[in-house]
Amino acid sequence: MAEKEITPVHEVRPTTQELRIPARFIPSPTVEPGHTFASVTDHISSIVLRKKMPPSWWLLLGVGMLGMGLLSVAIVAIVGVGVGLWGINHPVGWGFDIVNFVWWIGIGHAGTLISAILLLLRQEWRTSINRFAEAMTLFAVAAAGLYPALHTGRPWYDYWLFPYPNTMVLWPQFRSPLMWDVFAVSTYATVSLLFWFVGLIPDLATLRDRASGRVARTIYGALALGWRGSAKHWYRYETAYLLLAGLSTPLVLSVHTIVSFDFAVSQIPGWHATFFPPYFVAGAVYAGFAMVLTLAIPARKIFKLEDFITMRHLENMGKVMLATGMIVFYSYVIEAFFAFYSGNTFERFMWTNRAFGPYKHMYVALLICNGLAPQLVWFKRIRTSPLGLFITAMFVNVGMWLERFVIIPTSLSRDFLPSSWGMYHGSIWDWAMYLGSMGLFLFLLALFIRFLPMISIFEMRTMLPGAEPHAEEEH
Amino acid sequence: MTDKLTFDDFRARIGDVPTREYWRSLDELSRSEAFDEVLANEFPQQALPLQRGVDRRDFMKLMSASMALAGLAACNRPEQKIVPYVRQPENLVPGKPMYFATAMTLGGVATGVLAESHLGRPTKIEGNPDHPSSLGASDAFMQASILGLYDPDRAQVVYQLGEIRTWSEFVAALVPITNAAKTNGHGLRLLTQTITSPSLGAQIQQVLAMYPGMQWHQWEPVSRDNVREGLRMAFGAYVNAVYHFDKANVVVALDADFTSDGPGHLRYARDFASRRKVRRGTTSMNRLYSIDCGLNSTAAVADHRWAVKPSEVETWARALLAGGSGVGNANIAAIARDLQKNRGAAIVIAGEGQPPVVHALAMAINQQLGNVGSTVTITDPLEVQPVNELESLRQLVTDMNSGAVQALVMLGGNPVYDAPADFNFAEALKKVPFRAHLSHYYDETSMLSQWHIPETHYLETWGDARGHDGTVSIQQPLIAPLYNGRAACEVIGALLGGMDASPYDVVRSYWFSKGGNEQTWRQSLNDGVIANSALPPRGGAASANIPPPAARKEGNYELHIVPDPNIYDGRFANNGWLQELPKPQSKLCWENFAIVSPSTAKAIGFAEGERAALNNELATRRVKISYRGRDVVLPLWIVPGHPSGVVTVTLGYGRKNGGRIASPPDGSPIGADIYPMRFSDALGGGAGATIALTDEGAYMVACTQEHQSLNFSDTGGDREIIKRQTFGEAEKHEEEETNHQSMYPPFAYPLHAWAMVIDPSVCTGCNGCVVACQAENNIAIVGKKEVHRQREMHWLRIDRYFRGEPENPEIYHQPVPCMQCENAPCEPVCPVEATSHSGEGLNDMTYNRCVGTRYCSNNCPYKVRRFNFFHYSDYDTAAYKPMRNPDVTVRTRGVMEKCTYCVQRINEAKIDAERRGGDQRVRDGEVVTACQQACPTDAIVFGDMNDPKSRVAQLKKEPSNYGLLAELNTRPRTTYLAVVRNPNPEIRG
Repeated sequence: MAEKEITPVHEVRPTTQELRIPARFIPSPTVEPGHTFASVTDHISSIVLRKKMPPSWWLLLGVGMLGMGLLSVAIVAIVGVGVGLWGINHPVGWGFDIVNFVWWIGIGHAGTLISAILLLLRQEWRTSINRFAEAMTLFAVAAAGLYPALHTGRPWYDYWLFPYPNTMVLWPQFRSPLMWDVFAVSTYATVSLLFWFVGLIPDLATLRDRASGRVARTIYGALALGWRGSAKHWYRYETAYLLLAGLSTPLVLSVHTIVSFDFAVSQIPGWHATFFPPYFVAGAVYAGFAMVLTLAIPARKIFKLEDFITMRHLENMGKVMLATGMIVFYSYVIEAFFAFYSGNTFERFMWTNRAFGPYKHMYVALLICNGLAPQLVWFKRIRTSPLGLFITAMFVNVGMWLERFVIIPTSLSRDFLPSSWGMYHGSIWDWAMYLGSMGLFLFLLALFIRFLPMISIFEMRTMLPGAEPHAEEEH
Repeated sequence: MTDKLTFDDFRARIGDVPTREYWRSLDELSRSEAFDEVLANEFPQQALPLQRGVDRRDFMKLMSASMALAGLAACNRPEQKIVPYVRQPENLVPGKPMYFATAMTLGGVATGVLAESHLGRPTKIEGNPDHPSSLGASDAFMQASILGLYDPDRAQVVYQLGEIRTWSEFVAALVPITNAAKTNGHGLRLLTQTITSPSLGAQIQQVLAMYPGMQWHQWEPVSRDNVREGLRMAFGAYVNAVYHFDKANVVVALDADFTSDGPGHLRYARDFASRRKVRRGTTSMNRLYSIDCGLNSTAAVADHRWAVKPSEVETWARALLAGGSGVGNANIAAIARDLQKNRGAAIVIAGEGQPPVVHALAMAINQQLGNVGSTVTITDPLEVQPVNELESLRQLVTDMNSGAVQALVMLGGNPVYDAPADFNFAEALKKVPFRAHLSHYYDETSMLSQWHIPETHYLETWGDARGHDGTVSIQQPLIAPLYNGRAACEVIGALLGGMDASPYDVVRSYWFSKGGNEQTWRQSLNDGVIANSALPPRGGAASANIPPPAARKEGNYELHIVPDPNIYDGRFANNGWLQELPKPQSKLCWENFAIVSPSTAKAIGFAEGERAALNNELATRRVKISYRGRDVVLPLWIVPGHPSGVVTVTLGYGRKNGGRIASPPDGSPIGADIYPMRFSDALGGGAGATIALTDEGAYMVACTQEHQSLNFSDTGGDREIIKRQTFGEAEKHEEEETNHQSMYPPFAYPLHAWAMVIDPSVCTGCNGCVVACQAENNIAIVGKKEVHRQREMHWLRIDRYFRGEPENPEIYHQPVPCMQCENAPCEPVCPVEATSHSGEGLNDMTYNRCVGTRYCSNNCPYKVRRFNFFHYSDYDTAAYKPMRNPDVTVRTRGVMEKCTYCVQRINEAKIDAERRGGDQRVRDGEVVTACQQACPTDAIVFGDMNDPKSRVAQLKKEPSNYGLLAELNTRPRTTYLAVVRNPNPEIRG
C-alpha cells in the first residue's frame, strides 16, 4: 500500500526505548506505525465505498444466504407443523433450542464487554475491535432471539410473555425466570443496538461525505442524523456514549446471570446451583472473546487490517479468553466437588451421569475443549500466532456449545425418577435451525462488512499519535 | 274418497314411525291419500308443492334438511325403553350425563358395565358396582371398548363378494339354504364364539331343533378348554369354579394371572387386595406364592415368586399335591406346610394356559385342603353348551374338508386368522359353498366369506350374558347402531325364518318366559343384573385320581404363546388406546415381542455389551424364532424375572385386514402373526423352538420405560422412590418433618383440599386406570414413532421398578399421576401463568393460556406433564367427535397438559353440593376420579384432606404414608403407602 511509505509523523514509543526495556516486554502497538488520519480514513472507508469485495466476502455472503434459506425452511416447518420436529421429548423439554439460545447470547457478551467495560476502564486497545464486536453482539442476539421465540409450542402467542394491558386482565408470571429473560434479553438487544448506532454516527457522516453515489449519500446522510462534527456535537456525542457505556456495563453481568436463572431457579439436579450466575457470565465472556477471535482473525487477513487489528489485540483477547476459561473450568471442578460434598444422591448421580452416563462423550469433549485447549494460550508462541489463536478459539466455540448441551439436555434426561428417564438426540430440524441461525449471523455480518465501517474510523484516528493534543509541543 | 283421518289418528301414525326414519316416514305419509287430504285441508299452500311434485328448489331444501338431520340420526337413543341407572331425571338435562347398566362380554363371559351417556352419546365405561364380576371396577378392555364403538373402521354395510348389499338381500339368500336344511340340516353349520347368553342359547337350540342334523360349533382362540377339561377331569362333568379370595389366607397361583385374566378377574383382584391392605392395627395379611412362566400382574404382587418353564408347572403342582415330601425342593415343602396351616382358607389356582391336568391337580389340592366349598365354589357351567372348543372346531374343519358342509354361518370370531395352524381353516373354508360371517370388522374371515354382515357393538344392541358366578346381566343398548350393524340373535332369527327378529323382543320375551314381568325387567335393567341369577353351588368333590405325568418334551427353547395383554387374541388390534398402552410388565406397545430373560438373551448373543452397542435404550435387535417348521421374526426384549430357556410371544398382531390401525394401509405390519406357530396339539406352544439373532441392525421400539431398576448401582444410590416393608415388621415411624421453608407464603385451603393416596402394595399394574384416564380426559394417542420418541401422552403412568437379581427380581408398580404439589415447581416457572394453584390445592392447567415453553415439564421432578409436540388430537374424524367427554377440552398442538384429579368430576360434585344446600361441602366419596373408579384393587383413594373423616385423610395418617421426593419440599398431595409384602419366614430369598 502506498500509505506505508509515508514517513511517520511521530515515533510511537520513544520513552520505552530509552528505558531499555527488553523488546519481548514491550506490547505490540495498537496501530502499526506509519498511519495518518487520512490513511486510516481512506483505508477503512474504502472497504465500504470503493473496493470491489474480495471473493472471500462473496463466499461469506453465499454461505450466509444458504444458511438463511435453510433457516427459512426450518422456521416454516417448525411454525407450520410443530416443535415436535425437533428431538425434544418427555423428559427433555429443552434441547438444541435453548442450548443454541444460551450459546448465542453468550457469544454476544464480548461485544458489550469490549465496548462498555473496556471503554470505562480506558483500555484503548479496544478501539479497533469494538465496532466489530458490537456488531457481532447484535447479530448474535438476533440469532439467539430466534430460539425463545420459536421454541414455544404456539409461537403466535409469544406476545403473551410481554406485560401489556389486555382484555384478559392478565399479567405474565413475574416469578418465572423466562419472564425475566424477556426483559433481560430485550433490554440487552435495545441497549446494544443504541450503543452501536450512536457509536456509528460520526462514521456514517464520514461515509456520507465520501460516498459518491446518490443513493448511498442519501442513506448514509439520513442515518448520520445531520452530524457535522461541530464541537457541540462531539461534546454531546461523548456524553451520550459514556452514558450508554454506563448503561451497558451492568448488562454484561445481568443478561447471562438471568439466563443462568432459567436453570439455577429450577429443581433439576445439574441446574439447581447457586454458582451459576458467575459461572455463566464468565462462560459468556469466554465464548464471546473466542468468537471475536474467530471472526477477527480471518477478517483482518482478508481486508488487510493487520495495521489496525494488531497482534496486541489478538494477544489481549487471548488473555481474556484464558482468564475467563479458567473461571469456567474452575466451575466444572466446583460442580463436581459440590455434587459429592452435598451428599445428595441426586446431585452425585447428576455428576457421575455426566461423566460416565450415556452422554459421557460430550462431557469428555467438553473438558478437552474448555479445559485443555485454552491452556495453549499460556504459550506466547500460540498467543502471538493468529493461526494458533484461531484454532484455540474454534475449540472454545465448540466447547461452549457442548457445555450448554451438557447442562441442559443431559441434566433433564436423567433427573429424579428413573422411570421417566429418556434420551435426547437432535433431529435434522434441530441442526437445520442451528446451521440456519449461523447463516443468519454470517449473512448479517457480511452485510455489515459491506455497508458499514467495521472499524471505528474516528476512534482509530484518536489512537494515532497526531491526535495527542500536545504531540507537536513535545518536539 | 278414503276414510277421514282425525288428527288423533294422524298423531298415532306419526308415533308409530321410528324416529330415526323420520324423513322416510314423511315420504310414506305423503303418499297416502288420506294424508294429502288432511294436509290440503289444513295447510293448502304447503300441500300444493307436494301434489305438484318436487321442484328443484324444494328438492335442494329437502336434501339440505335431510343432510342436516342425518347427523342427528346417530345420536338417537334406541327405540325401546331403556332404564337409566342411579339417577333418572325427569327430562334429559343437557350437560348432565346419565348412566345405564349394561354388560360387556369377553370370551362369552360378562362383566357388568355402567355406561355414561351424554345426550344419548355413550362416552365412558365404568364397572357396575352391583355386578359381582366387577364391583365397580373395570379393566383396560372395558375402558377401551368405547373407542371400539366409535371406530370408523368398523364394518358398516352388508357385503356379498365385495358388493354392497342389504340385510334383506342376505335374508333372502338364506332362504334356499334353510329350505334345503329343513329336511336334512347336516350341511348347515353354525360357528360361534363361546356363548353364555341364555336367550341366544335358547334361540340356537330352537334353530337346531328346526333343522335336524344341523351342528353348532364353538371356537375361541383364547379358549378356556384347559379349565373346562381340567375341571371335568376333577369333577367328572363340565363345571365352573368360583373362587373367594377374600376368604383365602394363602394363595398359590400356578401360572395363573387371576387378577387380570379370565372370568371374574376384577372381582378376584378386589377380593385378593382386600386381604393385603395393611393399615394401622391390621393383624393379618394374605400371602401369595406365584409359580409362573413369565411376569404377569399377579406375579408382580406375589410375596414369593418362582419363574419356571411352562412345562415345569405340572411338576410343582404334583409336588404340592404330595405335600412337598419327596421333592428336592425345600420351597415346595414350605408352601405345602403353609397351605396345611390354612386348611379351608387357601386357594390353589391354575392358569388358563396350563394343561387340564394342572387344573385337575390344583382342584385335587383344594379338595385335600378342604377349600372346595369354602374358598372355592363349584357351580354348573356358565356356557350354554360347554364343549371342547378345539375338538368342536376340528370337527367342523374335518367336515368342511370332506365336503359335508354346505353352508356355514359364522357369528363373530375370526377363525381364518386365529384357528390353529394345522387346521388350514382358510383352505377348508373355501370348500364350503355358502359362507356368511357376522363381525365387527371386515376382517380376514370376512374376506373369505361370500356374505359379510356388520355386527353391532355391545353398546348398540340388546343381549344378555352370565358373569363369572353365573349372574345374568341384561345388555341394554345406549345408542342406536351407528352403522347398519346386526346382532347375532338377528342372524339366528333370520335362520329361524323371521325377517326382523328384534334383539329387544328376543331378550325380553326370553326373560318373560322365565317368569319375568315388567317390574322385574325394569329392575334388572336398572341394576344391570337379574336378581338371584347366580348359579347355585353344586355338590361334588374333586377326584384325586390324576393321570400319570406324560413324558416331557425337551429341546432348545420353550415357546410360550399367550394372549396379548393389550389386544387379547387380536380382536382389539384396531383399538388405538389399547395398542398404545404400555404392556403391564414390559412397558412395550404397538407390537409384539420375543420376551426372554437376561440370561437367555446372553445365550443367544445379545448380552449387555451388544445392547449397549446399539447406543439407544429404545432399540433392540430382531430375532428369528423357528418352531416346528414355521418361522417368525420379532424384536427381542429382555424382561428381568422371565424364566430362562423360554421365549414368550403374544397373539393378536400381524393382522392382514383389521382396520387402519391393526393393518395400516401402507402395508407396514403391526407386529408379527403368531397363529401360524400355534398348533392344535400345543396351543400354548412347547419345547423345540430355536431362536437366533437376525443380521439386521438396531430395531426401534416403542417402550415407555426401559432399563430402570431400583438397583443402587444404576441410579446412584437409594432414591427412596418405593418404600418397602415386611408385614409384621415393627413399623418404621419416621417422622421426617421436613424443615424446608418456601419463599412464598403458604396457600390457604378454606373449603376442600383434594388429595390422593395410592397403595402400590396392591397395584398389579393392570392398566385399567391408564385407559380410564385416557377415556375420561380425551387423551390423544400418538403412534409408534412418537412413543419411540418418548412423547406418549398418558396423564397417568404406571412406573415399574425391579430390585435385586435380574433373574428373579422383586417387582414394584407405582401409578404416577400429577402430585398436585402444594409448593409446585411447575407453577412459578410458567411465564404466562398458564398453570396456577387453585384454592383447593390443584395445579390447574389453563390450556388456552399455554404458549408451550415446556419449562413446567422440565421443572417437574415427577415428569408427569405431557406436551402436545404435534397436533395429536384427532379433530377431523367425525366418528370420534361424539365419543369425547364434553366436560374436558380437547387439546391442540403446542399445549402442555397433565392430570387434573379429574377436575370436571370435582366441579360436578361441587355443583351438586351447592344445589343441595347446607354447608355446601362435597362429602367423602362423592368425587371419584376415573383412575380410582377403574382400579380393581382399590389401590387409589381420593378425597378431601380437610375432612378428617374422609378415607384419604385417614390414610394420610398411616405411618407408612410418604410423599414421593418429599425432600424437595414440593409437598405432594398425592402420596404413597409403603409396599408391604408378607414373605414366608421359612423361605429365604
